[in-house]
Amino acid sequence: MTGNTEKIKLKLAKRYAKEKRFRLYGISAIAVSIAFLLSLLINISVTGFPAFQQTYVNIDVDIDSKLLNLNSQYSEQDLFRANYSKVIKQSLKTMFPGVKGRKQKRALRQLVSKSAIYQLRDFVINNPSVLDTKQSLWFLARDDVDVFMKGGIDRSLPESDRRLKDFQLVWVDKLLAQDRLEKRFNIGFFTEGDSREPEQAGIKGAIVGSLLTMLVTMFMSFPIGVAAAIYLEEFAPKDNKWVDLIEININNLAAVPSIVFGLLGLAVFIGLFGVPRSVPLIGGLVLTLMTLPTIIITSRAALKAVPPSIREAALGLGASRVQTTFHHVVPAAMPGILTGTIIGMAQALGETAPLLMIGMVAFIANVPQGITDPSTVLPVQIYLWSDSPERAFTERTSAAIMVLLGFLIVMNFLAVIMRKKFEKKW
Amino acid sequence: MTDIEKREEFDIEIDKTVGKPFIDDAKFSTRNVDVFYGDKQAIFDANIDIGKNQIIAMIGPSGCGKSTFLRCLNRMNDTIADCHISGDIRLDNEDVYQKHQDPVLLRARVGMVFQKPNPFPKSIYDNVAYGAKLHGLAGSKIELDELVENSLIRAGLFKEVKDSLHKPGTGLSGGQQQRLCIARTIAIDPEVILMDEPTSALDPIATAVIEELMIDLSAKYTIAIVTHSMQQAARVSQRTAYFHMGHLVEVNDTNTVFTNPEHQLTENYITGRFG
Repeated sequence: MTGNTEKIKLKLAKRYAKEKRFRLYGISAIAVSIAFLLSLLINISVTGFPAFQQTYVNIDVDIDSKLLNLNSQYSEQDLFRANYSKVIKQSLKTMFPGVKGRKQKRALRQLVSKSAIYQLRDFVINNPSVLDTKQSLWFLARDDVDVFMKGGIDRSLPESDRRLKDFQLVWVDKLLAQDRLEKRFNIGFFTEGDSREPEQAGIKGAIVGSLLTMLVTMFMSFPIGVAAAIYLEEFAPKDNKWVDLIEININNLAAVPSIVFGLLGLAVFIGLFGVPRSVPLIGGLVLTLMTLPTIIITSRAALKAVPPSIREAALGLGASRVQTTFHHVVPAAMPGILTGTIIGMAQALGETAPLLMIGMVAFIANVPQGITDPSTVLPVQIYLWSDSPERAFTERTSAAIMVLLGFLIVMNFLAVIMRKKFEKKW
Repeated sequence: MTDIEKREEFDIEIDKTVGKPFIDDAKFSTRNVDVFYGDKQAIFDANIDIGKNQIIAMIGPSGCGKSTFLRCLNRMNDTIADCHISGDIRLDNEDVYQKHQDPVLLRARVGMVFQKPNPFPKSIYDNVAYGAKLHGLAGSKIELDELVENSLIRAGLFKEVKDSLHKPGTGLSGGQQQRLCIARTIAIDPEVILMDEPTSALDPIATAVIEELMIDLSAKYTIAIVTHSMQQAARVSQRTAYFHMGHLVEVNDTNTVFTNPEHQLTENYITGRFG
C-alpha cells in the first residue's frame, strides 16, 4: 500500500502542474482577447467622442431687406426665395473688414456652414419682425473650423499642409478672442440625415432606416423561422428523404456568404417581383433570408432541449399533438427561441454586404418615413462615411460605430435578460 | 448467477402464458399482441385481461417489455416513429387500435403516471386544471376550483399545498410532485390509470404514501402498475403478471404468484436468483 501512495504522490505533482499550466493558457488567451477588445473600444471612443460636440460660430447678422431683395409688399414666397446668402456674406465682411481678393472672400464665407443660409431663412420666416434689425445668431461652423477647434489642425505645420491658412487662423483667433466660437453638444448628429457637408451630417436617417429594416426582418423571419422550426422538430415525419434534404439545406444556408443573399434578393425580389430598390422593405426581405437559418437552427435546438417528459405528460392527459406543442413545448422553448431571434437580428443589424447589392448604399439625405422610402442603414452609413475624404467624417465614422455597437450591446443584453426571465427549471 | 444457471435459463421454454391470464370482468383485454421497434421485436404474443377496479402489477427484469406493453394500452407508443403493434387490444370490448379510435379520447379515458414525476412548469393549480380545461370538463371558474381541490384531496396532497396553489409545481418535493401528477390524472376522471414505475424515483416514505393512494384509488379506477419492486407488487396488487424478454410468462393472483409460482422463470425471479 505504502508503495502505491509513494507512486501516486510522485505523479500528483505532475498532474497539478499540468492543471496549472492549462489554467494559465486559458487565462492568457482571455487576457489577450480582452486586450484586443479594449484597444478597439478605446480607439473607437477616442476617435469618435469629439463627434458628439460641434463648433458653433456667433455672427452679428444685419438682416437688411434690401440685401434680401425684398420690397415692402413681400409675400411668404418672397421670404422663402430671398437672398440670405448675400446677407451672411455681408455680415461677415462687416465683422472682418479689409478682406481682399476672391480667394479670401470665399474663405471668409466658408467660416460658417452652408446650412447657415437655411437656418437664417427659417428664422426670418418664423419671426418676420426681425427684418431690418441686427441679430446676434449662432450658426454651425464649417468642418475645417470644427476640426481646428477639436485640435485636429496643427498650427506648427507649414501653411501649405494645413487646411486652414494663416489668414483664416487670424479670423479664427479673432472669433475666439470675442468668444464667438463655442463647442456645444451635437444634437444635429442625432436629428439629421446624411449630408455631403460633415458638420451637417447626422445619423438619424441611418438609425431610422435600420429600425425599419429590422422591423421588416423581424416580422418576416420570426414567424416563418419559428413555424419552420416547430414543424421540422415536432411534426415532420422522421426518416423522410425530403425532410432530411430540407434540414441539410437549412444548415448549409447558414454558412452561405451573406453577399450571395444580396444577389438573390436583387434577382428575385427586385428583378422578378419589382420591389423598389434602396428601401427598408427590400433590405428587410434580404436580411430575412439571411437570418432565417439562424433562427430555425437555434429554435430547433431550443425545442429539442425541452424534456420529452413534458410532451408525454401532456399527451398522457389527452392533449393533441398541436395542443402539446403550443401549450407546453413552445412556451418552454421560448427563451431559447427569443435568444436565437435576437442574436439573428443583431447579426442582421450589423450586416452590410447584401445591402450593397440592393442599392442601400446610395447617398440619401432624407430621413425615411416608411418602409418604401429610400434609406440607408447604420453599417452602410459607416461604410459611406469611412470612404469620404473630409477629415471631419473620421470622427463621425467612429461615432456611428459607437452608436451601432450600442444598439448591438442593448440587443444582446435583452437576449440575456429574456433568457434569465423565462428560464424554467425542470 | 453462475454460468450453469444462465444456460439453464435459456433452456427453459416459454411456450404459452401460464396461470390465469383471462378473467370474466375484464376492462382491458389483449390478444396476440406483438410489438416491434423497427426490426426488433419487443413483445411476443401477449394475452392478458385486466380486471375492472383491480390493481394489476407487471413485474420482470429490466428490458423485459413491461413498460412497452403498458404504453400500448393508451397508445403512447404512437409517438415513437418506428414502433408498430399488431394484435388486438380492447378497452370495454372496443379495439383501441381501430381506425376511427381517437387517441386523444383514449388517453382521456386511460390516464398515465410516469416514472419520473413530470409536472408542467406551471402553478400547482394550472397543473391539475390543465386536463379539465383541455376537455372542457368544468363549466365555470368555481367548478374548476372545486375540481382542482377535490383532485388534490383525493391525491392526498391538498393539505400540503392549499396555501401555495399558485406556486410552481416544479418546486415541490419528488413525492409531492408524483402525487401532483396523480391528481392531474384523476382530475379528468379516467377509467383506467397506467402507472409506469411511479415510485422508483422516490424515497420509502413517499413510496408508502403513494402505495396507500393507489389502494384507495382502485375502488374507483382500474390500475395497471409496472414496478421493479416485488414487495410493492405484493403490497398493492390483486393480480400480478410476470414478463420475461418480451414474453408474458405468468399471470395469476398476486398471492399465488408469490407463494406458488407455476413457471420456473417466475420462481427464479421472485426468489431473487436473477433480475
